[in-house]
Formats: sequence, structure tokens, C-alpha cells
Amino acid sequence: MKNDDRNGRPFLLRPFRALLLSALFTSPLALADYPERPIQLIVPWAAGGGSDAAARGIATALEKELGTTVNVVNRPGGGGVVGHTAMASARPDGYTLGFITGELNMLHWQGLTKISREDFTPLAMTNYDYPGVQIAADAPYNDVQSLLAAIKEKPKGTFSASGTGLGGIWHVAFAGLLLDQDIPPDQVRWIPSQGAAPAMVELAAGNLEIVPSSVPEARSMIDAGKAKGLAVVSPERNPAFPNIPTIKETIGSDYSLGEWRGVAGPKGMDPAVVEKLGKALEAAYKSDTYQDFMKKQGFGVEWRNPTEFKTFLAENDEYMGGIIEKIGLKK
Amino acid sequence: MSELIDGMLLVFNLQTMLVIVVAALFGVFVGAIPGLSATMAVALLVPVTFYMEPTAAIAAIITTAAMAIFAGDIPGAYLNIPGTPASAAYVSDASALGRMGRVRECLGTNLICSVIGGLAGTLVLIMVAPSLAEFALNFSSFEYFWLAVLGLSSAVFIAPGSPVKGFLSLMVGLLLATVGLDMVTGSPRFTFDVPDLMGGINFIPVMIGCFALNEVMKLYASRESASAAAKGDSAERHPQTGTVFGKVPGNLRKHWRNVTRGSVLGTLIGALPGAGADIAAWISYAVSKKRSKTPEAYGKGHLEGIVDASSANNAGICGAWVPALVFGIPGDSITAIVIGVLYMKGMNPGPTIFIDNAEMAYGLFTAFFVANLILIPIGYLAIRSAHIFAVTPAKVLMPIILAFCIVGAFAINNSLTDVWIMLACGVAAYLLASSDFPIAPAILGLVLGNILENNFMTSMIKSNGNLLAFFERPISAGLGALVALIVLFPLFTKAWLKYRKRPALQSAPQGGR
Repeated sequence: MKNDDRNGRPFLLRPFRALLLSALFTSPLALADYPERPIQLIVPWAAGGGSDAAARGIATALEKELGTTVNVVNRPGGGGVVGHTAMASARPDGYTLGFITGELNMLHWQGLTKISREDFTPLAMTNYDYPGVQIAADAPYNDVQSLLAAIKEKPKGTFSASGTGLGGIWHVAFAGLLLDQDIPPDQVRWIPSQGAAPAMVELAAGNLEIVPSSVPEARSMIDAGKAKGLAVVSPERNPAFPNIPTIKETIGSDYSLGEWRGVAGPKGMDPAVVEKLGKALEAAYKSDTYQDFMKKQGFGVEWRNPTEFKTFLAENDEYMGGIIEKIGLKK
Repeated sequence: MSELIDGMLLVFNLQTMLVIVVAALFGVFVGAIPGLSATMAVALLVPVTFYMEPTAAIAAIITTAAMAIFAGDIPGAYLNIPGTPASAAYVSDASALGRMGRVRECLGTNLICSVIGGLAGTLVLIMVAPSLAEFALNFSSFEYFWLAVLGLSSAVFIAPGSPVKGFLSLMVGLLLATVGLDMVTGSPRFTFDVPDLMGGINFIPVMIGCFALNEVMKLYASRESASAAAKGDSAERHPQTGTVFGKVPGNLRKHWRNVTRGSVLGTLIGALPGAGADIAAWISYAVSKKRSKTPEAYGKGHLEGIVDASSANNAGICGAWVPALVFGIPGDSITAIVIGVLYMKGMNPGPTIFIDNAEMAYGLFTAFFVANLILIPIGYLAIRSAHIFAVTPAKVLMPIILAFCIVGAFAINNSLTDVWIMLACGVAAYLLASSDFPIAPAILGLVLGNILENNFMTSMIKSNGNLLAFFERPISAGLGALVALIVLFPLFTKAWLKYRKRPALQSAPQGGR
């Protein structure tokens, strides 16, 4: 039973789950009435962070579309393992949904969980944040070309970077950028941190050289004149930061890899519920409430419907697996 | 000037004032209930702030946090159960005072100290926030490592009774802190394939178990109090005497140095990213004990340490806003949530927040003052109504507390595993406490364990394993020397006394001066 060991309470839950499952098959779901009670949206990150804000943004808009309460529930911890596990092991009745994030396609490659994209029913991708390349304001590099050239030439370990834990999204994304430029990823030493904010502090204190987090995460330090943004690793410039060029413009690379986020349910949801939620989420995504909210925060918006999201997840999973293997974190 | 008035008007209107009063009541409720913490109160508030005006939203958060931190002292004094982690440092003093019938005096002093601490923190925030934040940015992983070591040595130092048992208790806390995903290598430790443990052991359920559940078990375990509980004569445990504020002026006059020291220390520690009101309270309690003329009275119902630490924790709440507003870097777990709300409300943190958004900044400062001042009337009402803890028979009260323990442990992360952790820690704490092991060092070990380890490891990676790097930066070297001094000081004094023994005998008349 693959499902049981990831829950950690196999003896308690096994009979329960069978009971729930049988209830699901015998009782006809009154789909026409869905949703007839509040929906829970699990976020695998803490209240107040970027993922939390993005989730609350879509939840508020979705509330208006469905006419029912959408409660955001934070389940942080374990680099996303805790929350994603809670979502995947919920009842697939459409009343417990999750806000899945890029870590879903990374954690299982590193052997940290058995949960993967196959345990979910994708509903909508609502947000995509690209990394930037931020360095200290007094660093001698003024464009990404000279920085990358220096990384290539100088001895291994001259440069340190930070922004997430080892194997976190910004580590993998930055290592991918180095690989794309034919630079061995271990040229830059990765210093694990508990997020972009502490890394920005270390950057300002002069203890590291690069923070490849998303630009909104670095915004306050850039505004404070402590850091500068050299480039965004995305196809287009971030409208909130029109002065920062893309890597396509500067080094002609098509590489892009960032943190995606979206709504999903547990595996085995009713197709009719999926369709209804897909439509409601699309309307919520297009609503002014959501678009204004995301724009104000400087978050990137990108839409994929249930089918497109599923395809995207599969491609992204393979891609992530490749990079994680190359930087030697695959288990 | 018009901006100042506009800013004040943002606060002094019916709607915002109403929000502040409601937030204060909410803060009192959450803070005073064992098991529900200040961070949780703010987290619960976030969804509600979505529908508020920016100033009202921020004012609500400030008020709730300040109120909850104070109110955490109430169950500490009445039941020996700190309502929030920031009150845990001085809970044994507060409850001892409670048993002496000085519970109102203690809480009244607490309240006024909290207000003074909060106002001091606010003044610092208004006047020197940018330069203080600039200073705080000099702290990197090397400095935080030393700060954690300093905090840990204070844990052993402030523990009443045997230092060896305090040290062992600290080790239990440090062991618990190793559970979860190791930040540096990303490998899970002691998780036993339970996904919820990947995130490590949250110290709030542990604290609830160690203090609240332990207290509940203690009551039912001892035959005397169990029969007393059955009879319902718990009022005898807390004879009610005195007014709330009657003795406060006298106490403040006597301990004004402690109030000042606690407020300053609290603000500074709060302003360091990553060290919040909890650590501020612990460190100032330890400093207070070290500098006191009567350190032996600490932990047995001595007001001095309470004055220091309760000024410090409320000052720390304000201090934490310094890096949050100036650099968008959270100073503690509450401001971590606040920063999200600030962005959402279009008040982007940055050194220019005071210039670009002057009206809003003045509104924020006004909100800080109002929030801290409203502590007085609402805190007073809370202390008066806290009498309910004393008149409610223990057999009614304890099951209710147990229920809140379970709710509080669950609610912090919506996790059932946390409830089990809470229950297990309660039983463990009961066993340890009945062998005279102090519990507080274990909590501090758990709180500081991760800070200690992560900062040590990142420092080592940064310096390529060179231990001397811990003494290469000026602030880091200073903190390191301080730690060395604290650890070696007893040895020096012993050696000195031995050396001086003979001459001291000869010059006895002079020595007696």
C-alpha cells in the first residue's frame, strides 16, 4: 500500500480509508449542487509569505465565482512535504483542494517524499515567478555577462549564492542557469538558508555574492540601495521592474525556470467537479480582483487549464529531474 | 505637519478605533488562554485584514500582538501556565507571587512594565529605525551563532536549582531541535517517515505540553490537591488581596533601572532579524538575575526579574518592526506575517517608507501609541476578570484548559501530529518535573537549537571550515569574548578567591567595611 506509508498512521487510517472510499462509490454525489459547503484550500507554506499571498489572492476571487467560502489553511514545514502530503491524502470530493507549488516536482527526485504530480488532479495554474540575479549594490559587476564571465574564470568557490535550502527552487534554477552557460554548477558555492529574506541580509552584510530569488522577494533591498538586480531569468521583463533586462536580451539564452503555483485536488476527483472548478478558476483568474492583486505584489501571472496544467506538470517534472541529477542531488 | 494630522486622523476615527478595541479584546482572549499564542493570534487575523483599510489592518495586528504578549502573563501568575512563550521566562516568579496572594500586584506591575516597554520600543522605532536597522544588518550567521550560545548559557544560568539538571534539560531541548529536515544537507533526521515531522518539532505544542498539560497532570497526580479539586475550594489557593495598580508606583520607583534596562535590551534584541520577544524576555531575565543583588530570590516570587522581562518582551514586539519596515526583513514570527500584509496593502517596506508614505507612516506610529496605551484600560479589565481563574473550581477549570491545549496545539499548524507531540511532551515534562528538572531550559533549547545549528553550519560553509572566522568580524569577536567570559568567569572567581584567601584573613577588619 503505497498510500499508507506516507501517512505515517497506517493502522489507524487503513480501515477508515476503506470506509470513506466505499462511501464515495455508493452514495451518489449531488454534483449539480457542488459546492454546497465551504471549500478548504491547503497551502504548503506559512502565512504571510509569497505562496500564501498568491493562494489567498486566488481564493478570494474563487469565493466570488463559486458563492461559497474558501478557507485558506496553512500547512508549512519540511520544505513543502507536509502540505503536499496533506493535500494528496485528502478526500477527492472537491471540498479539500491544495495550492501546489514547484517543490512538488523537486522533492520526490531528492528522495524526500513519495508524493508526486501523479497523486494530484491538476485544476489550474495561476502564477509563475521567474528568478532574478541579484548582487550586492557595491559589487563590481554591472551586467550579468561580466558576472557570469567572472564566475567562469575565477577559482571554484569564489562566489557564494543563497536564497533557499539545498535543492530548493532558487538553487535548482540558478544551477540550471549555470549549466545552460556551460559553467559547472559547483563553481558557485550554495549556502543553504531558510528563504530569500535571510539570504538578502547576508548579501547586505557582505557574506555572499549572489541571491537568485524572484525579484519581488528582493525588492525592498533593491529599493533600499543595498542590492541590484542584474537580470531576470524569464522570456519577458517583469512589468513591475521594467529596468531589469532578461537573460535573453543580455546573453541570448532561452533558458527559463521558475516557481509555478496552482490549484489541484487529490487524485481521483469527479470529472464533472473538475470541469466546474476549472471554469470557476478561469473566471477567478481573469477577474480584476486577482489580476490587480498580483500586479500590485509584482507576482507573475500565467494561466493553464486542467489539461494544459497536467501536460505542463509532466514536462516540468522531467526537466527538474534532469537538472537535479546534474547537480548531484538526485537520490 | 498636515501629514502628521492626516496620519493621526487615519487612526482617530470611529472605524479604526473600533477595530483597535476589538483587536485588543481578541488579543487578551488568545493571550490569556493557555495554549493559544500571540503568533497564532496574528496568523488568525491575516484573512480578516484583507477586508480592512490599511491603517486599520496594521493597527489591528499591532494591538493584538502587544495585548497577547501581556495577557500571556495572566495564566502564568494564576495557574503557573504561561499563555505565550514570551512569558515562560518568568512564570515561576509570577506564579509564586500568585500563591502569596500578590497576583494583582504582580499583574498590575506587569501591565505597566509592558506599556512602558512598548512605548520605549515605539519611540526607538520612530526616531532611529533606519540607523538601528542598518546596525542590525551587520549581524550575519557568525553573530547569530554567538547570540544563540549566549541565549543557551542564560538558560542554564536562570534555571532554579541544580545547574546540572538545568543543563540536562537544555540538552533534551536541543535533541528535539534536531528533528526534521536538516537545512544544510536536506536530509531528514529522526522523522521515522512521518511527513509532519519533516518540518521539525514546533516549539509551541511542546511548550503547551510542558507547561499546561504538566500543570493539569500535577493537579490530579498529587492526592491532596486532587481531593481539594474535588471539593472545589481552589479559591483558597489564590486569596485575593490588593488593588491592581496600588503598589505599582512603588515597585516602579524601586525597579526603574530594571524597566529601563528591559526596555532597551528588548528593543535591541527584537530589532535583530530572527530573535523576537521570546528571546528578549529570556535574555533580559538572565541579565537581571546576573546583575541583581539578590539573585537567590529569583524563581521564588521575586518581582525584579518580572519587571525586566515583561518590559523586554513588549519592547521586543515593537523592535521587531524596525528591520521589517526598513528592509522588509522580519524581526520575529509576527512581523514575518506582517510583511506580507504590508505589501498587500501597498505599504512596501523600505528605508523610504517614512518619506514616500509619510501620512501612512505617521498613521502607523499613532497606531503604535494607541495600541500600547489601550493596554492599560483593557489590561486592567482583563486582570479584574482573571479572578475567574481563581474562583473556578479546579475540577471545572482543568478539563477546559486541557481542551484548549488540544485546540491550540492543533491550530498552530492544523496538524494532528502536533497534538500527539503536545501530549507526549506533557507526560515527559511531568516525569522530569517530578524529579526536579527545570522545564524552561528544554523549551529554550528547542527554540534556539535550530538557530544555533543553522548559523553554525552556514558559517562553516562560508568560511570553508575555518573556526577562527567566528572571531574575525568585530561584533562577532565581541560576542564571542562575552560568551567566553561568562563561561570562564566562575573559574576565575574561584581561582581568585583561593589566591586571596590568606591575605583576606589578615586584612579582615578592612574587608568588613
